[in-house]
Amino acid sequence: MRLARAAATVLQPDGAMRYKCRRMTTLAFVLRRLLGAIPTLVLVIALSFMLTRLAPGGPFDEEQALPPEIRANLEAAYGLDESAVVQFGRYLRGLLHGDFGPSFKFRDFTVGELIADGLPVSLGLGAGAMLLALGFGIPAGVLAALSRRGLADRLVMAFAIAGISIPVFVVAPLLTLVFALWLRWLPVAGWFPGRPSDIVLPIVALALPVIAFVARLTRGSLLEVLRAPWIRAARARGLAERAVILRHALPAALLPVVSYAGPAAAAVLAGSLVVETYFGLPGMGRHLVQGALNRDYTLVMGMVIVYAALMIAFNLLADLAYAALDPRIRREHVQ
Amino acid sequence: MTLGLGREALDALRRDRTAVVCLLVLGLLVLATLAGPALLDYREDEIDWSHMAAPPFEAPGHWLGTDRLGRDLLVRTLHGLRISLAIALAATLVSLVIGVAWGALAGFRRGRTDAWMMRFVDVLYSLPQVFFVIILTVVFGRGPFTILVAIGAFGWLTMARIVRGQALALRDREFIDAAIVGGASTARILARHVVPNLLGPVIVYATLTLPQVILVESFLSFLGIGIQEPLASLGNLVADGAAELETAPWMLAVPAACLMLVVFCFNFLGDSLRDALDPRDR
Repeated sequence: MRLARAAATVLQPDGAMRYKCRRMTTLAFVLRRLLGAIPTLVLVIALSFMLTRLAPGGPFDEEQALPPEIRANLEAAYGLDESAVVQFGRYLRGLLHGDFGPSFKFRDFTVGELIADGLPVSLGLGAGAMLLALGFGIPAGVLAALSRRGLADRLVMAFAIAGISIPVFVVAPLLTLVFALWLRWLPVAGWFPGRPSDIVLPIVALALPVIAFVARLTRGSLLEVLRAPWIRAARARGLAERAVILRHALPAALLPVVSYAGPAAAAVLAGSLVVETYFGLPGMGRHLVQGALNRDYTLVMGMVIVYAALMIAFNLLADLAYAALDPRIRREHVQ
Repeated sequence: MTLGLGREALDALRRDRTAVVCLLVLGLLVLATLAGPALLDYREDEIDWSHMAAPPFEAPGHWLGTDRLGRDLLVRTLHGLRISLAIALAATLVSLVIGVAWGALAGFRRGRTDAWMMRFVDVLYSLPQVFFVIILTVVFGRGPFTILVAIGAFGWLTMARIVRGQALALRDREFIDAAIVGGASTARILARHVVPNLLGPVIVYATLTLPQVILVESFLSFLGIGIQEPLASLGNLVADGAAELETAPWMLAVPAACLMLVVFCFNFLGDSLRDALDPRDR
């Protein structure tokens, strides 16, 4: 009987339409968000271009002043002698072809090459930290909520408060002191291809503050959800406590965590500047800091654009996850 | 009405013992940064050639030891804290003024004005802020003032959103209508009727902004694009200490402990204030 009805729904033109319609709307949602990201990205590019042109002092200001002819030649070679509008137009055209221009300080490299070098390291670092943060933060928060005012709760909350007050640039040296200098389990810093232990401390340092925040968020929202009437209804139907928590309460309790994922990604990207600089990892963050110190305009702009694109992409993913978890939004999509 | 709320909040705060302790600690630290360097034997950039990288309590007069150049660590940390706090206060004040004015006007005017003003906030919000702060410090040179501008440029966004929400709700109250009927100008209504009624959330959020600003400033100084030597800030002191981790761990411990204490106290105080001022959560 049920099977027959299900078959009827699928076969009905109306049912089939609705199925198709949902798929389309998710796709439409993604497309709309991607289109909406274009103005943001253009604004990022325009603003960073304008700001770097405003800067007093240029990339060719060395300790020793260059002879004017050489300077003029250099500026002509990099296209710096033309008007700002022409430069911006050329930069945009280059970007559309995936060309970020030459680096002013790393003379033999284009910014694109430097990004291609650094991006895998930074992405691995960030992805590792985010996975670690969610993988430890959510269970810790659940544990704390279930043992409310118990030992686990106090431990997790103390850790959460410490994690929010201790910035990455203090965590990283402390971890180095304990695990590299005292216990000698892991290398202090450095990057040798094929030595995975190099990236353990950086990932942990980057993840710890995020773990703390995720744990606090999960705990608070799970406690709130557990008071909801539909949880009482689930218990009244005689479901095992485990099923009530994992199947009914947790998906709803994770919504605030998912909406925190965007800010968390921003925090991880900012923290990766510190971690890459401190541990000497050859990622994009170190290039950005070095570029800023060297007034390497094209390098800084390229890095900022890539970081902005990463954040936009991550926010989109977080929104999709939110829609998948929240039945109310899912329904809105269909309509 | 504001007075009543204020007194109630003060009472609630007084009952919260940890919040009182945090307030005391912060008061003591501020006092120490103001009076401390004058009372101690050394200046912040004075080099003691006979006691370089001395551990705490070993060299006479250097209570918390010296750094590798023989400069007194306690005095430098107090100086760093003073600069960090000054920047944090100034940046918070800037974001408070812009944010409250922007948000109150948008919420009060409603309609198209509100939509455009908040759209502007949304656009700035979508920018990767830390990276723009870095670009700004590159553009305007490194130093305290640049940091202030860079942080202030983004700090007011959340404040504007909070205030706008509150102002929207206030707009429908009778006393606002009464003021409009009475012929008061928009500026007067905002200053006398709207802003005083949203002081609660503003104070809470300002308290929570302070530690954020301290962290951003320290973050930039740690990376070497914030406060520069010989000026001290908590960030560049931590960076110095991190470089001497193995030989002089106190150089990291002292400024790091100070930073964490301040940030923790402000965060905790902000949370307590929110509990005290927000009647919904009670």
